Formats: sequence, structure tokens, C-alpha cells
Amino acid sequence: MKNLKLLWNYMNENKIKYLLSIISTGLAVALALTVPLILQVVIDYILVGKEVQGNVFVEKLFGFLGGTTYLIDNLWITGILVILITAVQGIFLYYKGKLSAEASEDVAKNLRERLYDHIQHLTYAYHKNTDTGDLIQRSTSDIETIRRFLSVQMVEVGRAVFMVGISLYVMINLNVKMTLIAMATTPVLFVFSYMYFKVVQKSFKISDESEAELSTIIQENLNGVRVVKAFGREKFEIEKFREKNNQYKVKTYKVIMNLAYYWSISDLLTIVQIALVVVTSIYYANQGLITLGTAVVFINYIFRIIWPIKQLGRILADLGKALVSTERIQEILNEEREVEKPGEIKPEIHGEIEFRNVSFEYPDDKNHKVLENVSFKVKKGETIAIVGKTGSGKSSLVHLLPRLYDVEKGEILIDGHNINTIQKKWLRKNVGIVLQEPFLYSTTIQENISFQNESNIKDVHDAARIASVHHVVEEFDQGYDTIIGEKGVTLSGGQKQRIAIARTIINNYPILIFDDSLSAVDTETDIAIRKALNERKKDVTTFIISHRISSIYDADKIIVMEKGRIKEMGKHEDLIQKEGIYKRIYDIQNVKEFEVDVERREAGGN
Amino acid sequence: MEIKEKDYDKKLDLKTWKRLFKYLFRYKYTTIGLIIFMISLALADAILPQMTRIAIDDFIIPNTTEGLNIFILKFAGLAVWFASNVFAFISIAGRIEMELTYDIREEAFDKLQKLSLSYYDKTQNGWIMARMTSDIRRLGEVISWGIVDVVWGTTMMLIISIFMLVSNWRLALYTLAVIPILIIVSIYFQKIILKAYRTVRKINSKITGSFSEGISGAKTTKTLVAEEKNLNNFKELTGDMKTHSVRAAVFSAMFLPIVLFLSSIGIALILWKGGEGVVAGTVTYGVLVLFISYATQFFEPVREVARVLAQFQQAQASAERVLSLIDIDPDVKDGKEILDIYGDILEPKKENWEPIEGNISFEDVTFYYNEKERILENFNLEVKKGETIALVGETGSGKSTIVNLICRFYEPVYGSIKIDGIDYKKRSINWLHENIGYVLQSPHLFSGTIKENLMYGKLDATDEEIVEAAKIVNAHDFIMELPNKYETQVGEGGGKLSTGEKQLISFGRAIIRNPSIFVLDEATSSIDTETERKIQSALERILKNRTSFIIAHRLSTIVNADRILVISKGKIIEEGNHNQLIRKKGYYYNLYSNQFKKENLEKTII
Repeated sequence: MKNLKLLWNYMNENKIKYLLSIISTGLAVALALTVPLILQVVIDYILVGKEVQGNVFVEKLFGFLGGTTYLIDNLWITGILVILITAVQGIFLYYKGKLSAEASEDVAKNLRERLYDHIQHLTYAYHKNTDTGDLIQRSTSDIETIRRFLSVQMVEVGRAVFMVGISLYVMINLNVKMTLIAMATTPVLFVFSYMYFKVVQKSFKISDESEAELSTIIQENLNGVRVVKAFGREKFEIEKFREKNNQYKVKTYKVIMNLAYYWSISDLLTIVQIALVVVTSIYYANQGLITLGTAVVFINYIFRIIWPIKQLGRILADLGKALVSTERIQEILNEEREVEKPGEIKPEIHGEIEFRNVSFEYPDDKNHKVLENVSFKVKKGETIAIVGKTGSGKSSLVHLLPRLYDVEKGEILIDGHNINTIQKKWLRKNVGIVLQEPFLYSTTIQENISFQNESNIKDVHDAARIASVHHVVEEFDQGYDTIIGEKGVTLSGGQKQRIAIARTIINNYPILIFDDSLSAVDTETDIAIRKALNERKKDVTTFIISHRISSIYDADKIIVMEKGRIKEMGKHEDLIQKEGIYKRIYDIQNVKEFEVDVERREAGGN
Repeated sequence: MEIKEKDYDKKLDLKTWKRLFKYLFRYKYTTIGLIIFMISLALADAILPQMTRIAIDDFIIPNTTEGLNIFILKFAGLAVWFASNVFAFISIAGRIEMELTYDIREEAFDKLQKLSLSYYDKTQNGWIMARMTSDIRRLGEVISWGIVDVVWGTTMMLIISIFMLVSNWRLALYTLAVIPILIIVSIYFQKIILKAYRTVRKINSKITGSFSEGISGAKTTKTLVAEEKNLNNFKELTGDMKTHSVRAAVFSAMFLPIVLFLSSIGIALILWKGGEGVVAGTVTYGVLVLFISYATQFFEPVREVARVLAQFQQAQASAERVLSLIDIDPDVKDGKEILDIYGDILEPKKENWEPIEGNISFEDVTFYYNEKERILENFNLEVKKGETIALVGETGSGKSTIVNLICRFYEPVYGSIKIDGIDYKKRSINWLHENIGYVLQSPHLFSGTIKENLMYGKLDATDEEIVEAAKIVNAHDFIMELPNKYETQVGEGGGKLSTGEKQLISFGRAIIRNPSIFVLDEATSSIDTETERKIQSALERILKNRTSFIIAHRLSTIVNADRILVISKGKIIEEGNHNQLIRKKGYYYNLYSNQFKKENLEKTII
């Protein structure tokens, strides 16, 4: 019921269009039900010459058209009447289809946009922990289910109601007892539909989930194809796939079997109902209670109303699907999105930063301290390097700066403002971060680099040069117009990282963060990029996470992290003087490559 | 756009469908059963209005109830006949649909596992995914339910025509006069309706793509504050979607009124000519009512058949794409005689597998993707069992190709690669892969637990072996800190772990298999130095009796190799150990020093 209300709310301003569509349906139904009445009058009044039962209006109409004796020689007039009625009925049917399509497509459009917008504004933590396949499934096929329900089934409900209502009215006027018999099995059909609706809801859900699992298996196999091949795990993969493929088959077949039971039983009831009407007609007509024409109307009507009543079962089933989909979409919409809190400020940001006793744990894992009591100060324009083992809290620390996560214990100040008081979007427009595994959009390289702001070609090229990717792009046939991703070229990890760097630095942020974003780039290129950056940025406060001492040795401050705490902090020269983690890393790298790289950097870094 | 449209509008290619219908051959008897049930159902459908005729002509008009019991019994029999047919056809068609989908999907997936990397290098995953999911689903649907509708529809039309002609051929001809127009209109409309919906589906797939990008790129979007921009792009698509969907719905909304109008002409003719017949005594009341029922009923089978034919035409493209996937011949595959001895992927005959020593030699190997750009030419290399070989060189120098050839992801165009003195083509691919440990630059994990991922290297690994492997690669410590330790779910593609952690696991899964040949393809670039150092010392022990190949940028990773090969333009231009190459002061020396002070580099000589 809650879901039904949600579905109703999704319709918002389209409710009127729906109403018009349903009115058209009602009129179309009323006209369609007139045709058997004409047949009744033709048989009883014209051909047999009896009194017509119940049906005053059509009888008067026929009187107006010339009466029995005239019409019996000119039966074509009744034929024209049928054609005319059907034509008008057709116009209403057309509007019913058009209006309901307009309304439901609009609902779907709004829902898609709302969902898209919402997903983009969900928290960083949400996206980190959510299965993208599932989210995509919900955004696409669940919306489609709702759309189909609204465009087809909703109006069908209206049709069924009118069909049953108008038929009942006409039939009661003709013969009350006969009407009761004609409607005898309908309650059974309704109850049966309802039961079916309960069962099918579950089995559809199971089938959909199983399809999603199957897709994930295929997707992962394709993504990891090199691993599969190198490990000779084709057989293992095939077995894994077969299991899921089989599960999908079995589970979906259950849905189909449910359909088979439903339709066969409901068809049995239908024919029993028709038989009931036909046989009763024989009795009643023989007893003179109804005329032949009336019997024909009853038989004709029962054929017409039984279908919408049966349809109700299917509509309810689709309502079940639509409600499941509504629930699945609402689950996303109910997720808390990042909001602007009233009173958040948009200060001019220069780049002075202070961490004061910052402790942090991820919202979904409160027991695991990611950062503990982290405090340090950064002056505007300084370069801060962060080193430490995997999982030491380096990335989490820098993720706090653009408020990808919110700090609850301790505080972070930028230019003296607690960042929790600064508007998130504003903050992110001033704190540029290059993620370790950056995402590139499937558009041209040019558009990727100027993604945040439309930039001119010169700026794009400059940024690409600084990121040491200009020459790579130039080698592509289409240069900067090369499309990346599914429909275009596949880039290597290092190339992606460099384009992501270009995309970030093009914006002249006062604060820049490189979250291990050169890991896939070779040392030479790393040095070239760092050198180019150093030349360009003057007042930019820069955070660098790296494993390479050669990338960070000249930082103004080096922070060494271990298990969420700052273990060492200071300049390179100072840190290598005392025994500690940094010294150890330095010693390892020093002999092998550090000096090589430093010398080269000093020599110009080619 | 236009060009693509064309390949959808292909004429029905019987050859393609014949091949797909071959899948049905496995379910020959089931399919024949389905056809029989559909014919039987169509017969029941056509008999139903006959019951009304009998009621009128045999009972109501003569005003008798004689034989009514038999009539009721017949009616009951019809109901059971009808219902059991409905049950049978849904469950059988559903079974065929699911089996067919299962079989085609399995065959395609099996083929995917057999295809060599050259295929994956050329084909986008998205393309394959679409074939594996929606195209195959569509084929299953179209074929199974297509049989249902076509058999039912044609039988129904045939039986109704026969019934009418037998009852009153003159009146039958009046009614059937409308049918040709009905058929033409139906085919025409079904075509444009499906075409319109195809446009809708295309836009829909763009929306899916856009959702997928919005979701996968949400984190990056956040850092770039590009939410508005993405939403605006998305809104263009949803706007398009609405316009085209409404257009398609309007076509559908036009179809039904036109069809109803046409059948109303049929009804009008029957009222006119049939009515005259009743007056003249040549047509009974029952036949008049029967004909009106048939005239109403006739359009449904016509529509169904027209729809299915149009659907088959639409599905043609899906069919061709799926078959093209199944038909591809892998570039690298085992010959028949080799499969006989060594077994295939699914049934490896491990009892016939020789143990591998690890002596590898390249003999006059030439390799290229395209003849004009030779990547390797007459390449020779002799690697002794247990040697550690480092490959150094610029991107595109051919070092990755050498590794790809060793792993037999690709095969030499000319020349041969011998393992333990025998051309590796004389053994199975699987035999080689079972003996290789491979670690990639971007570690790909599979969803499942950490333990399952480690076991990917050795499917029957014991818990002790798993822990031991994790300890060797220094992953044990971080694993034990995770909430569920070895049972922690890594998420899709390993997404819940950091890149460094993923890399450790991928090292672990390579080490656990105790391979004779070890390949590290840029494997250490994203691990922090200390961890790398620890892996390195472990590796030194592990690599001892294994032939290993290392591609790396970091000097620290290659400095301990037995032999370093400097590759340039597909040739070995220098070789020797680190010390020798530094002393040689050649390309290697320059690569790592460029304009570097000699003394410093010489210090690295151990």
C-alpha cells in the first residue's frame, strides 16, 4: 500500500492526463457495448418482430430510422450504424492510447531524471560500497517496469471497470437473474488473481536477481580475461557460469510455470462461465423469459467482460512487479544525499589548512579507526607529501579535505573556516583531487580534459602537456577528438591517470590533491609531470600521496602514516637523519633508484 | 545513424534462422508437441462460438431441451480441453525458451573462453555483454513464443475460414473480403510500430549507458562538481526518449481503431446480407450470430502473425550478431591431435601432461598484427630453467609482446617457441597455462571472498597453503585486520579493496600455484615500497627454481635479475646483469641515467 502511494505520487501533474485518458476509455467502452445491442434489436425487432427487452434507446433509434418494415428491406442501414459507432469508438481509443502514453512517458522521464540526479548526489561512501551492476539494473529495468505499468495497465484497469460497470447496468435492465448467473464466477476469478499476484511478485524478484547475478559473472569474466587465460581457468569459469546460467533458467522457468497455472485455471473458469450463460440462455429463452436477441446480448457481453476480468489478474501481477520496482527505486531515493545545509558559506579559498585532532572511521565500519588524532598545519602554497603502507589512512586523510567524507571528531580548517561550514560543491571547486583510479567519461579527450569548465583548446593542450600526455594524444588518429571507452580507444592505466591529472590541473585550484595518481606512470614521466607542475603552480597548496621517495623528497612537509596515526613528520633531510619508517623506505629506494631519479630531475628530467 | 538503421531492416535471412532453429532440434519432440498443442488450442478457440450457434439453432429456435445434457457435457469437455492446452503450451513454450536461451548462452560463453586474447584486444566488453544478455534473451523469446503465435494464428485463420465456408460460403466470402486489407494493414502497422519501438530501444540503450556512466563515475563526478553538467546531458536523452516513445505509442494507438473499423465493415456486411438471408430463410439465426463472432475474432490471429513476422525481421540483427560470436575461430588453438592427447579445456587429460622444466627458447620468431609493422623479426632468445629475465624498454618496444608470446596469448607468425626443447604448439595451451604464474599491472579480482580469490591460483589449495601464500606476499597482516579475515567479500572486481591490497592478493594467487614459469607484467607499480620490498625478498626465494620474466619500470624490481634484456624495436640491443650493463655504459646505462653523474649510478652496482 505504501508503494502504491509512492507510485501515485510519481504521477504528480500527469494525473489529469490520466483522467482524460480514462474518460476516453469509458466512452470507447460504452460505444463498443452498443454494437451487441444493435444486433439484439436487429434480431428481435426487425427479423423476429418481437418486443425488445430493456433496450429503449436503441429501439427508439431504429424507429427513427424508419421502423421494422422499412429496415427489413434496408438492412444496410443497420450495418452503416455499426460502422459509424465503431469509427467514433476508434477516435476515443486513439486518444486513450495517446494520452496515457504522454502521461506515462512523462512520469518515466521525471523519474529517470530524479533518480539520476539523486544518484549523483549520494555520498562518496555510498558509491564506494555499492554494487554498480545492481544500481544500473534498478535505474533502467525497474523504471521500465513502472513505465510499462503506467502506460498500459493503469488504463486497462479503467477499461475493466467501465466494461464491467456498463455491462452490469445493461444486463440488469435486461434480466436480473440472468445477470447474477453471468457474474457467478467473477469473484472466484478475482480471488484467484489476487493469490497469483502474491506468488508472482516473489518469483519475478528472484528471477530478476538471478539475471543480475548472471550478468555480473559474464562481466567479471570479460574484465578479467587475461587472468582467466593466464591461469588456465577457463573450465572453472565455465562451471561458474553454468551454475548461474542454470539458476537463471530454473528461476525464470518458475515464473513461466506460475503463468501457466494462472492462465489455464483462469481460462477454465472463463469457459465454465460462458457455458453457464449459454445454457441458462437456452432455459430462459425456452421459458419465454428472455428473447433470442437478449440471449445474444448476454452471450456477447460475457465474452467481452470475461477478458478484462481475466486481465485484472495480469494487471495485478504487473502491479506486483511495478510495486517491487517502486520499492527498489525508492530504496535508492531514500538514501541520504549530500545536501547543502542552510548557512553554509562560500569563502574565498587561499589554501591554508589545519587538521585539529581529527579522528575518523568509515560510516559502515565504526569499529575500525581509520584516522586517529591527526593534527598538522599547512601554509598556503606548501607541498605536503604523505607516505605510508597500504591501509595506513593516507587516502582517507586527503578524502576528508573536499568533504568526500565528513569529519565528526576533531576539525579541519581551511583559511580558518571549519570545512563542515563550507558548502561542499564550493569546496570541491577549490580543492582538486585526482583519484587513484580515475574515471574517464566516454566522450572525446578534449571534452574529458575540459570536463568541469568549458576551456579553450590552448588550455587543454597546456594541461595535457603538463600531465605529459599531450604527445600521446597527438599520436591518435583523431587527436583530441578521439573518443575514450566503450565506443572508442582503450587507454592504459597510466594514460588514464595522466588525462585525469590534466582534467584536474586545468582548473587552477588553490588546493590540489594527488591520491597516488601516478602509480601507473613510469618514473621518468612521473618526474616530468612533477617538474612541470612545480614550474606552473606557485601558490597552490599541494598534497601528494606516493610510494616513490623520488616524487616527494622535495616536499615542504612529509607526513608518515601508520595505522591511522601520524608517525613522523618533517622535511626529507630531517626525516632521513633519524631511524624510522621514512628512513627505512628511503634506504630501500635510495640505493636503487632515488639518486638516479633525483639527479635526472636536477638535470632537466627528460 | 542511417547506415546502422539499414542493417536492422535486412530482409529475413532464412539461413541465419535455419541455424538458430537447429538449436530447437535438441528439443524436437517438445517442439512438435508444442505445435500440436497450438493447433489443438486454435481449434478449441474456433469451436467456442460454434457452441452459441448450436444453442440458438438447436435449442432456442426449436424451443427444446432435448440433448441438452450432451451439449453441457460437450461444453465441459471443451473447457477442460481449452485449459489443459493453455497450460501445456505455456509450460512447453517456456521450457523451450529457457532451454534455448541457456544453450545459446552457454555455447557463446564456451566460445568466449576459447577465444584468444587477440579477440579481446579488438572487441569492446560492452559489445560482448550486449550479445550475451539482451540479444540472446531476445532470440529465445522470439523463437519460442514466435512458434506459439504463428502456429496458433495461421491455424486459427484457416479453421475459421473453413468453418465459415462450410456454414455458408456466400456469406463467408462477404466476410473474408475484408481480410486481405486487414492483412496488409496489419503487416504495415506492425512494421512501423516495431520500427518506432526500435528507435525507442536505441535511445533506451543510450540512457542505460548514461546511467552506467553516471553510476560508475559518480565518485569522479563528485570531485569535479560535474553533477549539473551530467544531469543536463542526461535530460537531453530522456527528452528524446519521451518524444520517440510517445510517437511509437501513437502508431500503436492508431492501429487498433483501424482494425476495429475494418472488422466493423465485415460485421455490417453480415448484418445486411446475413439479415436478408434470415428473412429469406437461407441463413439461420445461429449462423448469423456465429459469423458476427468470427468477424470480430478474425483480426487477432492476423495481428499476431503480422507481429511475429515483424519481430523476426527485427531480431535478425540480434541473430546475426550472436551467430557471428559463436562462429569466430580462435587465433590461438590446439590442433585435433594435440587435443586427443592433452584434452581440451573442459576435459584436460592431465595424466598425459609432461612436467615442465622451464627451458624456453625463441627460434627466429617473427610477430606482427599487421604485416607492415613487424613487432618482432627473427627474434632469438634462450632462457635456461630457473633464470630470472627482466625486460626493459620503452612502451611499444616489444617487451609486452614477448611476454604475450611466452604465455601463448599470441603465437609467432613465423618461427617457433620451444619449451624444454619442444615447440609449445605441440602441447596444449592449457598445459602451459597450468604452469604459469602471472601477475598483471592492474590486478583483477573476482567477486567472492579473499580466500576464493587466492584459491583461483590453485583450486584445491588447503587452508594452510592459502595462509602461507598470503604470508609470502605480505597480505596476511592486512587480511587478518579485515572484519571477516579470509572470508571477507572483495566486491565486484575486488572493488572493496585498495589497489595495493588487490595487487597483493593477485600476487598471492600466482604464488600459491607453485608455477614453473613466473611472469610479472608491471606488477609492482601500485604497491608501496615497503610491501614491495618484502614481496621482493620473498620473490627472490620463490623465483629460485623457476623461469621468470619481469617487466618493470622500477629499477629496484629488476636489479636482481639474472639477465636484463634491453629491448628496442623488437630487438635485444643489450643484455647482461645490472652490473654488466651499467659498466657497459650503453643504452641501459643511459635509460637509467641519461645525463647522470656516473659515480652515483655506479654506486648501485652491488
